[in-house]
Amino acid sequence: MHDVRTPDPASSAGQAPAMPEVHYLNATHGPMSWFFTKDHKRIALLYLYSVSAFFLVGGIFAMLIRLELATPRGDLLTAETYNKVFTAHGVVMVFFFLIPSIPAILGNFLVPIMIGAKDLAFPRINLASWYLYMIGGLFGIAALVSGGVDTGWTFYTPYSTQASNTHVVITGLGAFIAGFSSIFTGLNFIVTIHTMRAPGMTWDRLPLFIWSHYAASLIMILGTPVIAVTLLMVVLERTLGLGFFNPNLGGDPVLYQHLFWFYSHPAVYIMVLPGMGVISEIIAAFSRKPVFGYKMVAIASLGIALVGFLVWGHHMFTTSQSVLAAMVFSILSFLVAIPSAIKVFNWTATLYRGSVELASPMLYALGFIGLFTIGGLTGLFLAAIGLDIHVHDTYFVVAHFHYVMVGGSVTAYLGGLHYWWPKITGRMYSEGWAKVAAVLAFVGFNLTFFPQFVLGYLGMPRRYHAYPTEELSWQVLNILSSAGASILAMGFLLPAFYLTYSAIKGKQAGPNPWGAYGLEWETTSPPPTANFEVTPIVTKPAYYYAPEEH
Amino acid sequence: MSHSSAHAAHHPALQHHFDTLEQQQNASTLGMWMFLVTEVLFFGGFFMAYILYRWMYNASFHEASHELNVWLGLFNTAVLIGSSLTMALAVRASKTGEKSALVFFLIATLVLGSIFLGVKVVEYSEKFTHHLVPGKHFAFHDANLKNGAEIYFSLYFGMTGLHATHMILGGFVLVPLIFMAMKGKFSPAWYTPIELFGLYWHFVDIVWIFLFPLLYLM
Repeated sequence: MHDVRTPDPASSAGQAPAMPEVHYLNATHGPMSWFFTKDHKRIALLYLYSVSAFFLVGGIFAMLIRLELATPRGDLLTAETYNKVFTAHGVVMVFFFLIPSIPAILGNFLVPIMIGAKDLAFPRINLASWYLYMIGGLFGIAALVSGGVDTGWTFYTPYSTQASNTHVVITGLGAFIAGFSSIFTGLNFIVTIHTMRAPGMTWDRLPLFIWSHYAASLIMILGTPVIAVTLLMVVLERTLGLGFFNPNLGGDPVLYQHLFWFYSHPAVYIMVLPGMGVISEIIAAFSRKPVFGYKMVAIASLGIALVGFLVWGHHMFTTSQSVLAAMVFSILSFLVAIPSAIKVFNWTATLYRGSVELASPMLYALGFIGLFTIGGLTGLFLAAIGLDIHVHDTYFVVAHFHYVMVGGSVTAYLGGLHYWWPKITGRMYSEGWAKVAAVLAFVGFNLTFFPQFVLGYLGMPRRYHAYPTEELSWQVLNILSSAGASILAMGFLLPAFYLTYSAIKGKQAGPNPWGAYGLEWETTSPPPTANFEVTPIVTKPAYYYAPEEH
Repeated sequence: MSHSSAHAAHHPALQHHFDTLEQQQNASTLGMWMFLVTEVLFFGGFFMAYILYRWMYNASFHEASHELNVWLGLFNTAVLIGSSLTMALAVRASKTGEKSALVFFLIATLVLGSIFLGVKVVEYSEKFTHHLVPGKHFAFHDANLKNGAEIYFSLYFGMTGLHATHMILGGFVLVPLIFMAMKGKFSPAWYTPIELFGLYWHFVDIVWIFLFPLLYLM
């Protein structure tokens, strides 16, 4: 493939693994070499630690919610505390876990390596993005420990600006600051992909991971500023008494919802597009085949980013939005299904007659395809105006977006983490434990969230700490969900142990443990600080797994 | 772009992860344009709110805009366009390597920007004395139009405040650039920071070009 060496995946996998003497992890020492690093790989690890911490915090809040709902009465949390708990869960998971997870960790680590660059275009801005993320996170934590916030992660006005006497301003500022960290990451990716590709790495040879990160970055830089200014307006309204959404003055709270969802719907694609990129890589690697319809999958990423910007009104079918607008938003929302379905069909076609190997990353990838399909199709239920009126603000919605966000994004994140872990650390984890964790997460996830579809359809509203005791089926379904959540939690906690253990004690992985194709597998594991000893020259298309078919 | 040419160039400003100075400049320029795109959308939220409320409360907005001092606004518009001119001349001076002209035009830009902010302070304090700041003490001569006028002044302070914040941040960047220019850090071979700051400064100017007619004249 390159002038450096021409690896045969099969033979390099069998070679005695060799970890280089000097690599990015041990090139320099001491805390300062980490806190002031400009190496994208080290910054990716800084993100890994901090994002994992927030994932744990958000998960604890999720468990509190499921514990409370195991019984119909509000016996664990008061209604007020429950409001704060689900708000904290939403704010932490959306702004501090899902948005940065794949881009800031895996994308940060892999985007330069996959295109043969030495680093991202702006290493200092990359480091600044992590500091902004941490400062935003500290604001979020400060709001939590000083009493929390109860508006829901959506900060809807006029409740957030006038009625709520919780810490809206600190939380809003936290999300505002974290938003700029996301903008910096997206900006860095776009410029890097445009200007830093290695010789021969043409646009039609880019791995689909890069295409999906490019599409997600477009949303980050076009959408995030809008939520930033919207939160700024809420903060100004609360602190200085300016009236942007104040109904007492004739201000329009629906304007807030438009501005909020203009970002927050596309933000869903910030969370899932990078995951789709991960899945493309894993499916190709463990089917030993090029991704079916490479060009269409790449275009589909851009299509999702484009159409995704035009559908935000489907969150507002029950507001004063006009029927015409609702119909247009409904039709546009249906259109998003097309590029999404192209991806699902093309992954499936990639599996067809491939040499499928059910390694742990592949288990996550296959889980993703199924769960994302359910999440996507139930999204169509919600995009249908009439049905949406029935299930609006019920557990049906909660189940739908968790199938996309957890079944989709988190599954892809864990799959990607397992797939590239040997590259990041240079060592292999226990494949047996990894398979156990993947299966636990899949089973636990479905047990947690499938009953919520039924609950929502039966009419159980979201965001309540109690539900009627007379409805026996509601309690049965809620108990199933809470039981599933504890299994899911085990599935998410296990990797923290065996991955950490493997980073210290795991056996050396060698440059290409999966026999996969791609620039990241051409360099050592862990890579040197400059990523490659010699700048690679690319001469072949992506996923060159079955050369005789080209 | 081959590896060996990276060592041949070796300009002190060339960062390790770029192969050539040209590649580095392309990346920086694209990055700045991307940043300005985010800025357009950042201000866009306020403009969206303005469009909606202008349409809903046309009479209030019309009446409230008369409370602004058009002449001060016009003066400030001229000052800001002047600062864009001096900034453009600064970029030109850095391109041709005229160090003293570069320093002069950068300082002129800073001075004009400060004059703009000074006038803004005068305008803001007038609003305070005339009870035109939204909140408990807001008062408006026409009771029927008072609520819409309060939204108008919320937008006025929000939009011009955000604009002024961008001017102040620009000033904080401009000062070190002036010192760097004095030390002769820029040359026709490398003046990227001056060029990029010029882009930013012109953008902030353009925002005002929209704000002035929307808030003062309509």
